[in-house]
Amino acid sequence: MQNESNLDKMLGDRRREWRMRLGGLLQELWRDKAGLIGVVLIAVLVFMALAAPVLAPHDPTVQDLRARLNPPVWSAKGTWNHVLGTDHLGRDLLSRVIFGSRVSLLVGVAVVLLAGTFGVVMGLFAGYRGGRMDNFVMRWIDTQVAFPGLLLALIILAVIGPSMTTVIIVLSLNGWMVYGRMTRSAVLSVRQTAYVEAAEIVGCNSSRVIFRHILPNLTSPLLTLGILEFARIVLAEAALSFLGLGIQPPATSWGLDVATGKDYIFRAWWLVTMPGIAISITVLAVNLVASWMRLISDPQEREKQFARQMTILKKRGRRVPVLREKMSK
Amino acid sequence: MGRYFLKRLWHGVIVIFGVTIIVFVVTRLVGDPVKVMLPLEATLEQRAAFEKRLGLDRPIPVQFLEFMGDIARLDFGDSLWQHRPAMEIVFEKLPLTLELAFLGIGLAFVLAIPLGIIAALRPGGISDRSTIFVSLIGLSVPQFWLGLLLIVLFAVQLHWLPTSGIATPAHIILPAVTMALPALARLVMIVRSSMIDELNQQYVKTGFAKGLPFYRVVGVHAMRNAALPVVTLSGWELIRAVAGYSVVVETVFAWPGLGLTAIQAIEREDLVLLQAIVFTVAMTVVLINILMDIAYTLIDPRLKLA
Repeated sequence: MQNESNLDKMLGDRRREWRMRLGGLLQELWRDKAGLIGVVLIAVLVFMALAAPVLAPHDPTVQDLRARLNPPVWSAKGTWNHVLGTDHLGRDLLSRVIFGSRVSLLVGVAVVLLAGTFGVVMGLFAGYRGGRMDNFVMRWIDTQVAFPGLLLALIILAVIGPSMTTVIIVLSLNGWMVYGRMTRSAVLSVRQTAYVEAAEIVGCNSSRVIFRHILPNLTSPLLTLGILEFARIVLAEAALSFLGLGIQPPATSWGLDVATGKDYIFRAWWLVTMPGIAISITVLAVNLVASWMRLISDPQEREKQFARQMTILKKRGRRVPVLREKMSK
Repeated sequence: MGRYFLKRLWHGVIVIFGVTIIVFVVTRLVGDPVKVMLPLEATLEQRAAFEKRLGLDRPIPVQFLEFMGDIARLDFGDSLWQHRPAMEIVFEKLPLTLELAFLGIGLAFVLAIPLGIIAALRPGGISDRSTIFVSLIGLSVPQFWLGLLLIVLFAVQLHWLPTSGIATPAHIILPAVTMALPALARLVMIVRSSMIDELNQQYVKTGFAKGLPFYRVVGVHAMRNAALPVVTLSGWELIRAVAGYSVVVETVFAWPGLGLTAIQAIEREDLVLLQAIVFTVAMTVVLINILMDIAYTLIDPRLKLA
């Protein structure tokens, strides 16, 4: 009984601690308005992708040749039936933009997970094992970094043929090196610490040391890197689809829609503009979140930010509230 | 210096070798080049003849050695699409790609330094914040879309500049600007952050204290130190421009360089030409890398000792 209540207490403490941390995080997010905007936008996008069939007013692939190249609702000839207008086949642009978010988010998440997992595992083993393994992996990474990834992508896409799976594979093959490098250097810096040595002396096997003792330390830098990479991947997918090497019709993708709109650029400006805005907002939101995360997870950056705020406040001749708060503690 | 140079050269050879293996594996083992390049209705005899022409009927190791030999002689065979040596086409297109890349990244470099310094002079000030905001937007906008918007604005609406092609010198303006803007956004951030770090150093205070004029302290002393990471990253931008962004920008503006030719080669299923392009670009990239390293040791005297 005694033990159980102790355990309950511990779990309760844990929970409280987590809640406090979450609260602190939300407070910081509230203070950084740019980060807040980013998080809200991403939430909206994820909701849009998940609820696409409910939200979209039309089927994104259904053609209506009587309603071709309809302009958006706010221009003279626009109708509420097609809020963002229609394309050259009379497909509803708003529905296509909504459904396009699925592809971008799916490819982004899949590539970050695939490339991230592979890169982290390679980096962990290279850093932990050292010696020949390390040499081999680092050489491999150096070679691949020096070689332009898009060319590799072009050759693979030319031989295998474009599809969503190929895009995910190609982008993962090109993107794992960053994670590998970062993980390895982080492993090297914790390799000699007391707790890793302790774990080894106690008799943990190497995979336990690597995954249970070293990996948790890398969570926050890897998370930030993953988010930054996500932004890059969304842009890369859009570019590949634009070039005709990514998502293939009849599927929808923002990059693909820009490519089809390109041919009607003189007559129907909305075909190019709308999907482009969707890509830009997505990437901007992710970038905002990433820069906020870098700020809160890097003590050096925090200090710089703090010092900057102080000098700004001092110059304006105001009292410095942040300082007071610190001193009262 | 000589040893360092040799080491870099050796590394370049390894990269090219890596490219060779990857291209060989992808084109010969993962995919079937005959299936890609011949139409579906080709007869068995046609297939066999085609295999013989490309040397695909021989054992894999022999094929690999021949492949290496082709690369060493820079002879990839005739383009299936244009029926003339692939390298001839590549050498026609390469200068156009390099022209666009150098002009675009040069523009980004020249603009990034003053803009970054202005932002760094007062961190957190209005110019700093607006620079960060604009760069963040520049980083988030897809390059191909940016190019299309520029076409709509300057060519379709204002009629100031031509849309695409290479007929007159004015034709390079829009593609070069499109090439420059994303690179500019990234470089400005780097100039800004490295300049902020330098301006907080003691030697800057000393310079001001002994009465040096503002432009000498910031423009000469601080700039020299802040320039190092900027030069490295500009080199990277140049490499990316040659090997990546050129494909997108050239496609948008119908600029007939290597990037557009690569896309056309894929559309026409011309693996011979595509291979030639990939190798040429890879070698160009390795060459730029080596030149960058040499330039770096020339700029930074600390590296000469090492």
